Amino acid sequence: MHIPDGYLSPSTCATLYAAAIAGWYVALKRVKRLLLSRVVPLISVFAAFAFVVMMFNLPLPGGTTGHALGVTIAAIVLGPSGAVLAISIALAIQALFFGDGGISTLGANCFNMAIVGSLVAYGSYRLIAAGSSIASKRRIAAAAIAGYFAANAAALVAAIEFGIQPVLFHDAAGTPLYAPYPLSVALPAMLIGHLTFAGLAEAVISAGLVAYLQVADPTLLQRTSGTPAENAPATLCAAVNSPRRLWIAVALLMLLTPLGILAAGKAWGEWSPSEFSRTAPPSQIASATIGPAARAPAGMQRLANLWTAPFPAYAPAFVKSAAFGYLLSAMFGVGFLLALSLLAQQYLERRRATRYSG
Amino acid sequence: MKSGGFLQSTAVGFGRALSRALMSEEVAHRSGLLQSLDPRVRVIGLFALVLAVTLSRKLTVVLMLFLAAGMIAAFSRVSIATLARRVWLVVLAFTGLIALPAIFITPGTPIATFAGGSVRITAQGVATALLLLARVETAATFTTLLILCTPWAHVLKALRSFRMPQEAIAMLAMTHRYIFLLVETAGQMLESRQSRTVGRLPGAEQRRMTARTVGVVLSKSIALSNDVYLAMQSRGFRGEVRILSGFRMRSWDYVGLLVFLCAATIAVWIGR
Repeated sequence: MHIPDGYLSPSTCATLYAAAIAGWYVALKRVKRLLLSRVVPLISVFAAFAFVVMMFNLPLPGGTTGHALGVTIAAIVLGPSGAVLAISIALAIQALFFGDGGISTLGANCFNMAIVGSLVAYGSYRLIAAGSSIASKRRIAAAAIAGYFAANAAALVAAIEFGIQPVLFHDAAGTPLYAPYPLSVALPAMLIGHLTFAGLAEAVISAGLVAYLQVADPTLLQRTSGTPAENAPATLCAAVNSPRRLWIAVALLMLLTPLGILAAGKAWGEWSPSEFSRTAPPSQIASATIGPAARAPAGMQRLANLWTAPFPAYAPAFVKSAAFGYLLSAMFGVGFLLALSLLAQQYLERRRATRYSG
Repeated sequence: MKSGGFLQSTAVGFGRALSRALMSEEVAHRSGLLQSLDPRVRVIGLFALVLAVTLSRKLTVVLMLFLAAGMIAAFSRVSIATLARRVWLVVLAFTGLIALPAIFITPGTPIATFAGGSVRITAQGVATALLLLARVETAATFTTLLILCTPWAHVLKALRSFRMPQEAIAMLAMTHRYIFLLVETAGQMLESRQSRTVGRLPGAEQRRMTARTVGVVLSKSIALSNDVYLAMQSRGFRGEVRILSGFRMRSWDYVGLLVFLCAATIAVWIGR
């Protein structure tokens, strides 16, 4: 999964470097809150450990062997921010010292494996293991599934990066300039290997390590367990942001929602059946179909009335101003999601309280 | 697979990584073209050439850059056999295998047909496969030249002089140091386990054994990080990283930088 130089276009590399830099910045900021003098040796040694894990030849069912990424165990022990930094450092050393993975594609590799991999691993592990005790067998299964998901998510993102190359970057004769395969080839080619071997290797090593740590050193699993512990060590992920900034950002985004109505035309692929029946259909529809589209496809017409939105086109019927309608829809949407998350949180807390009191 | 096969192959992988690192140290101390330049010039110059390779859209330009990489290697006393073994053959096998189907499945003008026209080779397919292969070979050669001709400590100092955060440099330096310690520890554990293993182990037992070995390495890593933290604190470390930077540019370094940047710019210009 280490993408070498030459497979991705410079603009793809630059975009993914920008995304990776944003990820590193946020991760470094979060771990710095712990204690910088403690973070440097912890992340460094864990990065060295991740490097060693990637070198292990792991026997897989079927008699073959595979290599793990080490990203899942990093996310479980360090939390997502620590894992992003540790795996990125390991990947940087692989690229700059051992020549494994490119220099121009280092941002892409870090984005795929360190950022996407860590977040998927951490999210899946927390979701599946939620409420279980440190010694629970569910944690082993959670680690295995998280590892499988993380490796495949990283492969999926890499496959998408490969697959968009021939579409976006080709010369006048149609020769692809970078990775030559479209999504229809890149996706199955990458995913078959990862759904069978690489994902399995990550699942096996993550589950095995969690099972080992449950017996040998359960305190290492405490940090991201979500369960209260006496004398728990300082966590890398426990520092929770003040919600004020989040509220400001949400309010700002809500205020900016009417910006969408400034855009001319219709978003590509968001056409309604009525737009096909106009005398002059939008140019995007015309260019996306072979010949002028005289009427909407039958399937689209059949499914169009399956669900009628309460606020069609982001504006309740009684609101005349489009901008106010957008704002109102944003407020309603945010409020609805907040209510849902509060209910879910209340439910989880009640469940956890019942478990620990019992 | 023999029960010790996976242990053996992992141990061999560890040994190869250590020998590669030792080889880099040895080549970096030879007197040659790249070694005579300031490490910052090497880093900027070779990164610029990698970028030029990526930006060039013409096969001829990429091949010219490949030739330039071979000449830089020869003048830097890097053996061509080493490059061939370490880079060219590996890339040829890996990228060649990936690029091969593109010859057949890329849409375009057919230049040869087989099996009654159902299998065809297209001009666009051949062009894209060759371009990909040449580009990856050339970029990997430049990267390997940087790795072989520059001690790791100098690469880090050069990165620091480009305003890379000190924390990141400190982590890269420490990780590099502890990789070798952990690789050696893991290698010794595998060796001792292999010497105690008789006969064929079932697959599930092999997996358990590997997970236990990695688990012990993890516990040792965490214990090591605690020891390092205490050692750093006892020496007065309070979170501020200071890195000595003793590089000084000479006129020869400026000439080198100019040549690298001009070559990269010309390659991008012609290959656009």
